[in-house]
Amino acid sequence: MTAKADGPVTAELEARAEKAESRRGLFLALPSYIYLLFLFALPLVIIGVYSFASRSRTGMPKLEAWNLDSITKLFTDDLVRSIFARSLIVAVLTTTFCLLVGYPFAYYIATRSEKMRNLLLVFVMIPFWTNFLVRTYAWRVLLGEDGLITELGRFLNLWDSMLFTLPAVYIGLIYGFLPFMVLPLYAAIERLDWSLIEAARDLYASGWEAFRKVTLPLTKQGIIAGSILVFIPSLGAYVTPDILGGAKTTLIGNYVVNQFLTARNWPLGSSVSMAIMVVMLIATIWYFRSGAKTL
Amino acid sequence: MTARQSTTLTRRLDRFLTGHAWLVYLFFYLPILVLIVFSFNESRFFTWEALSLRWYRQMFANDNLMAALWVSLQVATISTIVSTVLGTAAALALERYKRWLGKRTFDALLYLPVIIPDVTMAAMLLVFFTSLGQQLSITTIVLSHIAFNISFVSIVVRARLANLDPSLEEAAADLYAGRWQAFRKVTLPLIMPGVLGGALLALTLSLDDVVITQFVKGPDTLPTFVFGLIKRGVTPEINAVSTLMLTASVVLVLSSLALQRKK
Repeated sequence: MTAKADGPVTAELEARAEKAESRRGLFLALPSYIYLLFLFALPLVIIGVYSFASRSRTGMPKLEAWNLDSITKLFTDDLVRSIFARSLIVAVLTTTFCLLVGYPFAYYIATRSEKMRNLLLVFVMIPFWTNFLVRTYAWRVLLGEDGLITELGRFLNLWDSMLFTLPAVYIGLIYGFLPFMVLPLYAAIERLDWSLIEAARDLYASGWEAFRKVTLPLTKQGIIAGSILVFIPSLGAYVTPDILGGAKTTLIGNYVVNQFLTARNWPLGSSVSMAIMVVMLIATIWYFRSGAKTL
Repeated sequence: MTARQSTTLTRRLDRFLTGHAWLVYLFFYLPILVLIVFSFNESRFFTWEALSLRWYRQMFANDNLMAALWVSLQVATISTIVSTVLGTAAALALERYKRWLGKRTFDALLYLPVIIPDVTMAAMLLVFFTSLGQQLSITTIVLSHIAFNISFVSIVVRARLANLDPSLEEAAADLYAGRWQAFRKVTLPLIMPGVLGGALLALTLSLDDVVITQFVKGPDTLPTFVFGLIKRGVTPEINAVSTLMLTASVVLVLSSLALQRKK
Protein backbone atom coordinates (compact mmCIF):
# COMPACT_ATOMS: atom_id res chain seq x y z
CA MET A 1 0.00 0.00 0.00
CA THR A 2 1.36 3.40 -0.93
CA ALA A 3 1.51 6.27 1.40
CA LYS A 4 -1.05 8.15 -0.72
CA ALA A 5 -3.74 5.50 -0.36
CA ASP A 6 -3.08 5.32 3.33
CA GLY A 7 -4.57 8.77 4.11
CA PRO A 8 -8.27 8.36 3.27
CA VAL A 9 -8.36 4.80 4.60
CA THR A 10 -7.13 5.85 8.06
CA ALA A 11 -9.50 8.78 8.03
CA GLU A 12 -12.40 6.48 7.29
CA LEU A 13 -11.29 4.02 9.94
CA GLU A 14 -10.97 6.83 12.44
CA ALA A 15 -14.43 8.14 11.59
CA ARG A 16 -15.83 4.66 12.05
CA ALA A 17 -14.00 4.24 15.34
CA GLU A 18 -15.33 7.57 16.55
CA LYS A 19 -18.86 6.55 15.65
CA ALA A 20 -18.48 3.27 17.54
CA GLU A 21 -17.02 5.23 20.43
CA SER A 22 -19.99 7.60 20.56
CA ARG A 23 -22.42 4.67 20.33
CA ARG A 24 -20.75 3.10 23.35
CA GLY A 25 -20.94 6.34 25.32
CA LEU A 26 -24.64 6.69 24.67
CA PHE A 27 -25.20 3.01 25.37
CA LEU A 28 -23.61 3.34 28.83
CA ALA A 29 -25.58 6.43 29.70
CA LEU A 30 -28.86 5.20 28.24
CA PRO A 31 -30.35 3.38 31.27
CA SER A 32 -29.91 6.35 33.61
CA TYR A 33 -30.79 8.76 30.79
CA ILE A 34 -34.16 7.09 30.27
CA TYR A 35 -34.67 6.71 33.99
CA LEU A 36 -34.12 10.38 34.70
CA LEU A 37 -36.21 11.48 31.72
CA PHE A 38 -39.15 9.47 33.06
CA LEU A 39 -38.72 9.89 36.81
CA PHE A 40 -37.31 13.38 36.89
CA ALA A 41 -37.78 15.48 33.75
CA LEU A 42 -41.33 14.31 33.03
CA PRO A 43 -42.55 14.86 36.64
CA LEU A 44 -40.98 18.31 36.53
CA VAL A 45 -42.92 19.14 33.39
CA ILE A 46 -46.15 17.74 34.84
CA ILE A 47 -45.88 19.81 38.00
CA GLY A 48 -45.23 22.86 35.84
CA VAL A 49 -48.43 22.12 33.91
CA TYR A 50 -50.36 21.55 37.13
CA SER A 51 -49.50 25.07 38.28
CA PHE A 52 -51.92 26.26 35.62
CA ALA A 53 -54.68 23.77 36.39
CA SER A 54 -57.67 24.52 38.57
CA ARG A 55 -58.67 22.74 41.71
CA SER A 56 -61.55 20.28 41.69
CA ARG A 57 -63.73 19.63 44.71
CA THR A 58 -61.60 16.63 45.75
CA GLY A 59 -58.41 18.69 45.58
CA MET A 60 -57.13 16.90 42.51
CA PRO A 61 -56.30 19.27 39.67
CA LYS A 62 -58.79 19.56 36.82
CA LEU A 63 -56.94 19.51 33.58
CA GLU A 64 -59.37 21.53 31.49
CA ALA A 65 -60.00 24.88 33.15
CA TRP A 66 -56.55 26.40 32.69
CA ASN A 67 -55.83 29.60 34.56
CA LEU A 68 -53.16 31.66 36.27
CA ASP A 69 -54.82 31.62 39.71
CA SER A 70 -52.14 29.56 41.45
CA ILE A 71 -49.38 31.66 39.92
CA THR A 72 -50.94 35.04 40.77
CA LYS A 73 -51.62 33.79 44.28
CA LEU A 74 -47.85 33.69 44.80
CA PHE A 75 -47.77 37.47 44.46
CA THR A 76 -51.16 38.51 45.79
CA ASP A 77 -52.09 36.14 48.60
CA ASP A 78 -50.95 37.68 51.87
CA LEU A 79 -50.37 34.36 53.61
CA VAL A 80 -48.27 32.91 50.78
CA ARG A 81 -46.30 36.14 50.49
CA SER A 82 -45.55 36.43 54.18
CA ILE A 83 -44.52 32.76 54.42
CA PHE A 84 -42.29 33.10 51.38
CA ALA A 85 -40.69 36.28 52.76
CA ARG A 86 -40.13 34.63 56.14
CA SER A 87 -38.50 31.61 54.47
CA LEU A 88 -36.17 33.81 52.45
CA ILE A 89 -35.13 35.71 55.58
CA VAL A 90 -34.62 32.46 57.50
CA ALA A 91 -32.54 31.00 54.65
CA VAL A 92 -30.38 34.13 54.32
CA LEU A 93 -29.82 34.47 58.09
CA THR A 94 -29.08 30.75 58.50
CA THR A 95 -26.50 31.03 55.71
CA THR A 96 -24.97 34.12 57.33
CA PHE A 97 -24.76 32.50 60.78
CA CYS A 98 -23.20 29.36 59.29
CA LEU A 99 -20.62 31.48 57.47
CA LEU A 100 -19.74 33.51 60.58
CA VAL A 101 -19.39 30.39 62.72
CA GLY A 102 -17.95 28.17 60.01
CA TYR A 103 -15.18 30.42 58.68
CA PRO A 104 -13.05 30.71 61.83
CA PHE A 105 -13.76 27.05 62.52
CA ALA A 106 -12.59 25.92 59.06
CA TYR A 107 -9.60 28.27 59.38
CA TYR A 108 -8.66 26.64 62.65
CA ILE A 109 -8.79 23.13 61.17
CA ALA A 110 -6.90 24.13 58.02
CA THR A 111 -4.01 25.63 60.00
CA ARG A 112 -3.28 22.58 62.17
CA SER A 113 -0.63 19.95 61.43
CA GLU A 114 -1.61 17.36 58.84
CA LYS A 115 -2.29 14.58 61.33
CA MET A 116 -4.42 16.85 63.50
CA ARG A 117 -6.28 18.16 60.42
CA ASN A 118 -7.39 14.71 59.39
CA LEU A 119 -8.58 13.87 62.88
CA LEU A 120 -10.48 17.14 63.24
CA LEU A 121 -12.09 16.58 59.84
CA VAL A 122 -13.32 13.13 60.81
CA PHE A 123 -15.12 14.76 63.72
CA VAL A 124 -16.84 17.12 61.29
CA MET A 125 -17.75 14.25 58.97
CA ILE A 126 -19.51 12.25 61.68
CA PRO A 127 -22.35 14.76 62.23
CA PHE A 128 -22.36 15.36 58.45
CA TRP A 129 -23.23 11.72 57.81
CA THR A 130 -25.44 11.26 60.85
CA ASN A 131 -29.14 10.84 60.25
CA PHE A 132 -30.69 14.27 59.85
CA LEU A 133 -33.94 13.36 61.59
CA VAL A 134 -32.07 12.07 64.63
CA ARG A 135 -30.00 15.22 64.84
CA THR A 136 -33.09 17.43 64.70
CA TYR A 137 -34.88 15.29 67.26
CA ALA A 138 -31.93 15.73 69.63
CA TRP A 139 -32.66 19.46 69.74
CA ARG A 140 -36.27 18.80 70.54
CA VAL A 141 -34.99 17.00 73.62
CA LEU A 142 -32.46 19.71 74.57
CA LEU A 143 -34.82 22.63 74.03
CA GLY A 144 -37.88 20.94 75.54
CA GLU A 145 -39.57 21.63 78.87
CA ASP A 146 -36.91 19.99 81.05
CA GLY A 147 -34.15 19.86 78.46
CA LEU A 148 -30.54 20.72 79.24
CA ILE A 149 -30.51 24.02 77.32
CA THR A 150 -33.80 25.13 78.88
CA GLU A 151 -32.44 24.38 82.36
CA LEU A 152 -29.29 26.34 81.55
CA GLY A 153 -31.34 29.32 80.35
CA ARG A 154 -33.44 29.24 83.50
CA PHE A 155 -30.32 29.01 85.65
CA LEU A 156 -28.81 32.03 83.90
CA ASN A 157 -32.20 33.74 83.90
CA LEU A 158 -31.82 34.40 80.18
CA TRP A 159 -34.31 32.20 78.35
CA ASP A 160 -37.06 29.67 78.89
CA SER A 161 -37.96 26.73 76.64
CA MET A 162 -37.39 27.88 73.06
CA LEU A 163 -39.21 24.92 71.52
CA PHE A 164 -41.81 25.84 68.87
CA THR A 165 -40.33 29.29 68.34
CA LEU A 166 -38.25 30.78 65.54
CA PRO A 167 -34.94 30.67 67.51
CA ALA A 168 -35.38 26.90 67.86
CA VAL A 169 -35.81 26.63 64.07
CA TYR A 170 -32.63 28.66 63.54
CA ILE A 171 -30.67 26.46 65.95
CA GLY A 172 -31.93 23.33 64.19
CA LEU A 173 -31.12 24.64 60.71
CA ILE A 174 -27.64 25.86 61.68
CA TYR A 175 -26.95 22.57 63.41
CA GLY A 176 -28.15 20.61 60.40
CA PHE A 177 -26.34 22.54 57.70
CA LEU A 178 -23.14 23.87 59.33
CA PRO A 179 -21.07 20.92 58.01
CA PHE A 180 -22.13 21.87 54.45
CA MET A 181 -20.52 25.26 55.06
CA VAL A 182 -17.41 24.02 56.84
CA LEU A 183 -16.29 21.42 54.30
CA PRO A 184 -15.98 23.68 51.19
CA LEU A 185 -14.52 26.49 53.34
CA TYR A 186 -11.94 24.09 54.68
CA ALA A 187 -11.05 22.95 51.16
CA ALA A 188 -10.55 26.58 50.06
CA ILE A 189 -8.51 27.66 53.09
CA GLU A 190 -6.37 24.55 53.01
CA ARG A 191 -5.37 25.28 49.39
CA LEU A 192 -4.34 28.82 50.30
CA ASP A 193 -0.85 29.94 49.31
CA TRP A 194 0.42 31.20 52.69
CA SER A 195 3.37 33.01 51.16
CA LEU A 196 0.94 35.57 49.71
CA ILE A 197 -0.26 36.46 53.21
CA GLU A 198 3.33 36.65 54.40
CA ALA A 199 4.10 38.98 51.50
CA ALA A 200 1.19 41.21 52.52
CA ARG A 201 2.49 41.28 56.09
CA ASP A 202 6.00 42.07 54.88
CA LEU A 203 4.51 45.05 53.06
CA TYR A 204 3.19 46.30 56.40
CA ALA A 205 -0.42 45.19 56.03
CA SER A 206 -2.03 44.70 59.43
CA GLY A 207 -3.38 41.24 60.26
CA TRP A 208 -6.91 42.38 59.52
CA GLU A 209 -5.92 44.07 56.24
CA ALA A 210 -4.05 40.98 55.09
CA PHE A 211 -7.11 38.90 55.89
CA ARG A 212 -9.54 41.23 54.16
CA LYS A 213 -7.45 41.89 51.06
CA VAL A 214 -5.69 38.56 50.56
CA THR A 215 -7.21 35.65 52.50
CA LEU A 216 -10.85 36.54 51.97
CA PRO A 217 -10.69 37.06 48.17
CA LEU A 218 -8.62 33.89 47.75
CA THR A 219 -11.17 31.80 49.63
CA LYS A 220 -14.17 33.32 47.86
CA GLN A 221 -14.89 30.09 46.01
CA GLY A 222 -15.30 28.20 49.25
CA ILE A 223 -17.48 30.95 50.72
CA ILE A 224 -19.82 30.88 47.73
CA ALA A 225 -19.96 27.08 47.51
CA GLY A 226 -20.68 26.75 51.23
CA SER A 227 -23.33 29.47 51.11
CA ILE A 228 -25.17 27.81 48.24
CA LEU A 229 -25.02 24.43 49.96
CA VAL A 230 -26.59 25.93 53.09
CA PHE A 231 -29.03 28.31 51.38
CA ILE A 232 -30.78 25.74 49.16
CA PRO A 233 -31.74 23.20 51.84
CA SER A 234 -32.63 25.99 54.32
CA LEU A 235 -35.02 27.51 51.80
CA GLY A 236 -36.81 24.21 51.22
CA ALA A 237 -36.57 23.04 54.85
CA TYR A 238 -39.48 20.99 56.08
CA VAL A 239 -38.36 18.55 58.79
CA THR A 240 -36.63 21.12 61.03
CA PRO A 241 -39.43 23.72 61.18
CA ASP A 242 -41.97 20.91 61.53
CA ILE A 243 -40.26 19.37 64.56
CA LEU A 244 -38.82 22.45 66.27
CA GLY A 245 -41.10 25.22 65.07
CA GLY A 246 -44.71 26.05 65.79
CA ALA A 247 -47.75 27.34 63.96
CA LYS A 248 -46.27 30.84 63.74
CA THR A 249 -43.01 29.66 62.20
CA THR A 250 -44.42 27.88 59.13
CA LEU A 251 -41.88 28.00 56.34
CA ILE A 252 -42.46 27.57 52.64
CA GLY A 253 -41.45 23.89 52.74
CA ASN A 254 -44.17 23.16 55.33
CA TYR A 255 -46.65 25.14 53.27
CA VAL A 256 -46.00 22.99 50.17
CA VAL A 257 -46.29 19.76 52.14
CA ASN A 258 -49.52 21.06 53.62
CA GLN A 259 -51.01 21.86 50.23
CA PHE A 260 -50.26 18.36 48.98
CA LEU A 261 -50.90 16.16 51.99
CA THR A 262 -53.48 18.07 54.07
CA ALA A 263 -55.18 20.98 52.31
CA ARG A 264 -55.23 19.08 49.02
CA ASN A 265 -54.76 22.08 46.79
CA TRP A 266 -52.36 20.54 44.29
CA PRO A 267 -52.27 23.39 41.77
CA LEU A 268 -51.24 25.87 44.48
CA GLY A 269 -48.75 23.38 45.94
CA SER A 270 -47.30 22.89 42.46
CA SER A 271 -46.87 26.58 41.76
CA VAL A 272 -45.27 27.24 45.16
CA SER A 273 -42.82 24.37 44.75
CA MET A 274 -41.97 25.65 41.26
CA ALA A 275 -41.32 29.08 42.81
CA ILE A 276 -38.90 27.55 45.34
CA MET A 277 -37.12 25.86 42.48
CA VAL A 278 -36.81 29.10 40.53
CA VAL A 279 -35.20 30.87 43.50
CA MET A 280 -32.85 27.94 43.89
CA LEU A 281 -31.95 27.96 40.18
CA ILE A 282 -31.19 31.69 40.32
CA ALA A 283 -28.90 31.08 43.30
CA THR A 284 -27.13 28.23 41.50
CA ILE A 285 -26.67 30.18 38.25
CA TRP A 286 -25.30 33.09 40.26
CA TYR A 287 -22.88 30.66 41.86
CA PHE A 288 -21.57 29.36 38.54
CA ARG A 289 -21.34 32.91 37.18
CA SER A 290 -19.30 34.19 40.09
CA GLY A 291 -17.18 31.04 39.93
CA ALA A 292 -16.40 31.80 36.29
CA LYS A 293 -15.31 35.32 37.18
CA THR A 294 -12.73 34.29 39.72
CA LEU A 295 -11.31 31.45 37.67
CA MET B 1 4.13 25.35 57.41
CA THR B 2 4.18 25.80 61.19
CA ALA B 3 6.96 28.36 60.96
CA ARG B 4 4.90 30.32 58.48
CA GLN B 5 1.82 30.13 60.62
CA SER B 6 3.54 31.66 63.59
CA THR B 7 4.26 34.71 61.48
CA THR B 8 0.73 34.94 60.08
CA LEU B 9 -1.22 34.06 63.17
CA THR B 10 -0.75 35.98 66.34
CA ARG B 11 -0.96 34.03 69.53
CA ARG B 12 -4.13 35.76 70.67
CA LEU B 13 -5.92 35.04 67.43
CA ASP B 14 -4.89 31.43 67.68
CA ARG B 15 -6.28 31.21 71.18
CA PHE B 16 -9.57 32.65 69.97
CA LEU B 17 -9.71 30.17 67.08
CA THR B 18 -9.00 27.24 69.39
CA GLY B 19 -11.69 28.25 71.85
CA HIS B 20 -14.17 28.80 69.04
CA ALA B 21 -13.40 25.41 67.52
CA TRP B 22 -13.99 23.67 70.85
CA LEU B 23 -17.33 25.41 71.18
CA VAL B 24 -18.34 24.30 67.68
CA TYR B 25 -17.39 20.70 68.48
CA LEU B 26 -19.41 20.95 71.68
CA PHE B 27 -22.34 22.24 69.60
CA PHE B 28 -21.93 19.28 67.21
CA TYR B 29 -21.69 16.56 69.83
CA LEU B 30 -23.68 17.68 72.90
CA PRO B 31 -27.11 16.85 71.36
CA ILE B 32 -25.91 13.46 70.14
CA LEU B 33 -24.39 12.55 73.50
CA VAL B 34 -27.50 13.58 75.44
CA LEU B 35 -29.62 11.33 73.21
CA ILE B 36 -27.36 8.34 73.73
CA VAL B 37 -27.14 8.81 77.50
CA PHE B 38 -30.88 9.15 78.01
CA SER B 39 -31.69 6.16 75.81
CA PHE B 40 -30.17 4.05 78.62
CA ASN B 41 -32.16 5.78 81.35
CA GLU B 42 -34.76 3.86 83.32
CA SER B 43 -37.01 6.90 83.79
CA ARG B 44 -39.43 8.12 81.15
CA PHE B 45 -38.37 11.69 81.98
CA PHE B 46 -35.15 13.51 81.33
CA THR B 47 -33.85 13.16 84.83
CA TRP B 48 -31.34 10.40 85.40
CA GLU B 49 -32.67 7.43 87.35
CA ALA B 50 -30.78 4.22 86.60
CA LEU B 51 -29.05 2.40 83.79
CA SER B 52 -31.56 0.30 81.88
CA LEU B 53 -32.23 -1.35 78.54
CA ARG B 54 -35.96 -0.91 79.00
CA TRP B 55 -36.45 1.33 75.95
CA TYR B 56 -34.45 -0.96 73.71
CA ARG B 57 -36.61 -3.90 74.74
CA GLN B 58 -39.71 -1.84 74.11
CA MET B 59 -38.37 -0.83 70.70
CA PHE B 60 -37.72 -4.40 69.58
CA ALA B 61 -41.18 -5.39 70.84
CA ASN B 62 -42.84 -2.69 68.72
CA ASP B 63 -44.13 -4.53 65.65
CA ASN B 64 -44.92 -1.40 63.64
CA LEU B 65 -41.44 -0.09 64.20
CA MET B 66 -39.85 -3.39 63.18
CA ALA B 67 -42.04 -3.48 60.05
CA ALA B 68 -40.89 0.05 59.15
CA LEU B 69 -37.27 -0.97 59.70
CA TRP B 70 -37.74 -3.93 57.36
CA VAL B 71 -39.26 -1.66 54.67
CA SER B 72 -36.32 0.73 55.06
CA LEU B 73 -33.76 -2.03 54.68
CA GLN B 74 -35.41 -3.31 51.51
CA VAL B 75 -35.74 0.16 50.00
CA ALA B 76 -32.16 1.10 50.89
CA THR B 77 -30.69 -2.14 49.54
CA ILE B 78 -32.52 -2.19 46.22
CA SER B 79 -32.19 1.53 45.53
CA THR B 80 -28.48 1.45 46.41
CA ILE B 81 -27.71 -1.47 44.11
CA VAL B 82 -29.66 -0.10 41.14
CA SER B 83 -28.43 3.48 41.49
CA THR B 84 -24.82 2.35 41.95
CA VAL B 85 -24.89 0.37 38.69
CA LEU B 86 -26.70 3.09 36.72
CA GLY B 87 -24.70 5.94 38.28
CA THR B 88 -21.36 4.25 37.60
CA ALA B 89 -22.29 3.62 33.95
CA ALA B 90 -23.38 7.26 33.63
CA ALA B 91 -20.08 8.45 35.15
CA LEU B 92 -18.08 6.29 32.70
CA ALA B 93 -20.10 7.60 29.75
CA LEU B 94 -19.45 11.20 30.77
CA GLU B 95 -15.79 10.88 31.71
CA ARG B 96 -14.49 8.35 29.21
CA TYR B 97 -16.42 9.07 26.00
CA LYS B 98 -15.78 12.45 24.44
CA ARG B 99 -18.77 12.98 22.20
CA TRP B 100 -22.13 11.31 22.00
CA LEU B 101 -25.69 12.24 21.21
CA GLY B 102 -27.26 14.32 23.99
CA LYS B 103 -24.22 14.31 26.25
CA ARG B 104 -24.59 17.90 27.42
CA THR B 105 -28.31 17.55 28.14
CA PHE B 106 -27.60 14.40 30.09
CA ASP B 107 -24.88 16.14 32.08
CA ALA B 108 -27.34 18.89 33.12
CA LEU B 109 -30.15 16.41 33.80
CA LEU B 110 -27.85 14.43 36.06
CA TYR B 111 -27.03 17.50 38.18
CA LEU B 112 -30.59 18.71 38.74
CA PRO B 113 -31.71 16.11 41.31
CA VAL B 114 -28.76 17.15 43.51
CA ILE B 115 -29.64 20.84 43.65
CA ILE B 116 -33.44 20.65 43.57
CA PRO B 117 -35.07 21.19 47.01
CA ASP B 118 -36.51 18.03 48.58
CA VAL B 119 -40.05 19.37 48.77
CA THR B 120 -40.12 20.17 45.05
CA MET B 121 -38.82 16.72 44.12
CA ALA B 122 -41.32 15.13 46.51
CA ALA B 123 -44.24 17.06 45.04
CA MET B 124 -43.11 16.23 41.48
CA LEU B 125 -42.93 12.52 42.13
CA LEU B 126 -46.28 12.37 43.95
CA VAL B 127 -47.99 14.21 41.10
CA PHE B 128 -46.26 11.96 38.58
CA PHE B 129 -47.27 8.67 40.23
CA THR B 130 -50.85 9.77 40.80
CA SER B 131 -51.31 11.07 37.28
CA LEU B 132 -50.16 7.67 36.02
CA GLY B 133 -52.75 6.09 38.29
CA GLN B 134 -49.95 4.30 40.12
CA GLN B 135 -50.89 3.06 43.60
CA LEU B 136 -48.40 4.35 46.19
CA SER B 137 -46.43 1.43 47.60
CA ILE B 138 -42.95 0.27 48.50
CA THR B 139 -42.24 0.25 44.74
CA THR B 140 -42.90 3.97 44.40
CA ILE B 141 -40.53 4.62 47.34
CA VAL B 142 -37.78 2.55 45.69
CA LEU B 143 -38.30 4.25 42.30
CA SER B 144 -38.07 7.69 43.93
CA HIS B 145 -34.94 6.86 45.90
CA ILE B 146 -33.22 5.59 42.76
CA ALA B 147 -34.16 8.86 41.03
CA PHE B 148 -32.18 10.99 43.48
CA ASN B 149 -29.41 8.48 44.19
CA ILE B 150 -28.19 8.00 40.58
CA SER B 151 -26.91 11.58 40.55
CA PHE B 152 -25.06 11.34 43.86
CA VAL B 153 -23.38 8.07 42.89
CA SER B 154 -22.31 9.43 39.52
CA ILE B 155 -20.78 12.55 41.09
CA VAL B 156 -18.65 10.47 43.46
CA VAL B 157 -17.55 8.04 40.71
CA ARG B 158 -16.82 10.89 38.29
CA ALA B 159 -14.53 12.53 40.84
CA ARG B 160 -12.60 9.28 41.07
CA LEU B 161 -12.45 8.82 37.28
CA ALA B 162 -11.26 12.38 36.73
CA ASN B 163 -8.25 11.77 38.98
CA LEU B 164 -7.40 8.55 37.19
CA ASP B 165 -4.69 8.23 34.57
CA PRO B 166 -6.39 7.05 31.32
CA SER B 167 -3.05 5.73 30.05
CA LEU B 168 -3.48 2.68 32.27
CA GLU B 169 -6.62 1.67 30.38
CA GLU B 170 -4.91 2.49 27.09
CA ALA B 171 -2.00 0.26 28.07
CA ALA B 172 -4.43 -2.59 28.68
CA ALA B 173 -5.95 -2.02 25.24
CA ASP B 174 -2.45 -2.00 23.69
CA LEU B 175 -1.82 -5.36 25.28
CA TYR B 176 -4.83 -6.73 23.40
CA ALA B 177 -7.23 -6.77 26.33
CA GLY B 178 -10.80 -6.75 25.10
CA ARG B 179 -13.00 -3.85 26.17
CA TRP B 180 -14.77 -5.87 28.81
CA GLN B 181 -11.52 -7.40 30.01
CA ALA B 182 -9.84 -3.99 30.23
CA PHE B 183 -12.81 -2.68 32.18
CA ARG B 184 -13.01 -5.59 34.58
CA LYS B 185 -9.27 -6.03 35.18
CA VAL B 186 -8.07 -2.42 35.05
CA THR B 187 -10.74 0.27 35.23
CA LEU B 188 -13.11 -1.33 37.73
CA PRO B 189 -10.47 -2.12 40.39
CA LEU B 190 -9.15 1.43 40.03
CA ILE B 191 -12.53 3.11 40.44
CA MET B 192 -13.75 0.66 43.08
CA PRO B 193 -13.19 3.04 46.05
CA GLY B 194 -15.28 5.62 44.18
CA VAL B 195 -18.02 3.09 43.38
CA LEU B 196 -18.19 1.88 46.98
CA GLY B 197 -18.07 5.45 48.28
CA GLY B 198 -20.98 6.32 45.99
CA ALA B 199 -22.88 3.25 47.16
CA LEU B 200 -22.36 4.23 50.81
CA LEU B 201 -23.61 7.74 50.09
CA ALA B 202 -26.67 6.31 48.34
CA LEU B 203 -27.33 4.01 51.28
CA THR B 204 -27.03 6.90 53.74
CA LEU B 205 -29.30 9.18 51.71
CA SER B 206 -31.89 6.46 51.35
CA LEU B 207 -31.89 5.77 55.10
CA ASP B 208 -31.97 9.53 55.76
CA ASP B 209 -34.82 10.62 53.55
CA VAL B 210 -38.04 11.78 55.16
CA VAL B 211 -39.59 14.36 52.84
CA ILE B 212 -39.66 12.50 49.52
CA THR B 213 -40.64 9.22 51.17
CA GLN B 214 -43.41 10.96 53.10
CA PHE B 215 -45.01 11.94 49.77
CA VAL B 216 -44.67 8.71 47.82
CA LYS B 217 -44.89 6.08 50.55
CA GLY B 218 -47.19 3.20 50.76
CA PRO B 219 -45.90 1.62 54.00
CA ASP B 220 -43.80 3.66 56.44
CA THR B 221 -40.02 3.53 56.30
CA LEU B 222 -38.07 3.84 59.56
CA PRO B 223 -37.49 7.62 59.15
CA THR B 224 -41.13 8.43 58.29
CA PHE B 225 -42.34 6.21 61.15
CA VAL B 226 -39.97 7.87 63.63
CA PHE B 227 -40.96 11.27 62.24
CA GLY B 228 -44.58 10.45 63.05
CA LEU B 229 -43.59 9.36 66.57
CA ILE B 230 -41.63 12.57 67.17
CA LYS B 231 -44.57 14.70 66.11
CA ARG B 232 -46.68 12.98 68.74
CA GLY B 233 -44.13 13.79 71.44
CA VAL B 234 -40.79 12.87 72.93
CA THR B 235 -40.35 9.39 74.40
CA PRO B 236 -37.23 7.50 75.48
CA GLU B 237 -38.20 4.84 72.94
CA ILE B 238 -37.38 7.33 70.19
CA ASN B 239 -34.04 7.93 71.94
CA ALA B 240 -33.33 4.21 71.67
CA VAL B 241 -34.23 4.12 67.95
CA SER B 242 -32.16 7.25 67.41
CA THR B 243 -29.15 5.72 69.10
CA LEU B 244 -29.38 2.70 66.82
CA MET B 245 -29.71 4.94 63.75
CA LEU B 246 -26.73 6.92 65.01
CA THR B 247 -24.66 3.79 65.39
CA ALA B 248 -25.52 2.83 61.82
CA SER B 249 -24.43 6.30 60.62
CA VAL B 250 -21.13 6.12 62.47
CA VAL B 251 -20.43 2.68 60.99
CA LEU B 252 -21.13 4.16 57.54
CA VAL B 253 -18.76 7.12 58.11
CA LEU B 254 -15.98 4.89 59.32
CA SER B 255 -16.37 2.57 56.33
CA SER B 256 -16.31 5.50 53.94
CA LEU B 257 -13.16 6.78 55.62
CA ALA B 258 -11.57 3.35 55.35
CA LEU B 259 -12.38 3.44 51.63
CA GLN B 260 -10.78 6.87 51.23
CA ARG B 261 -7.62 5.57 52.88
CA LYS B 262 -7.25 3.12 50.00
CA LYS B 263 -6.52 5.99 47.63
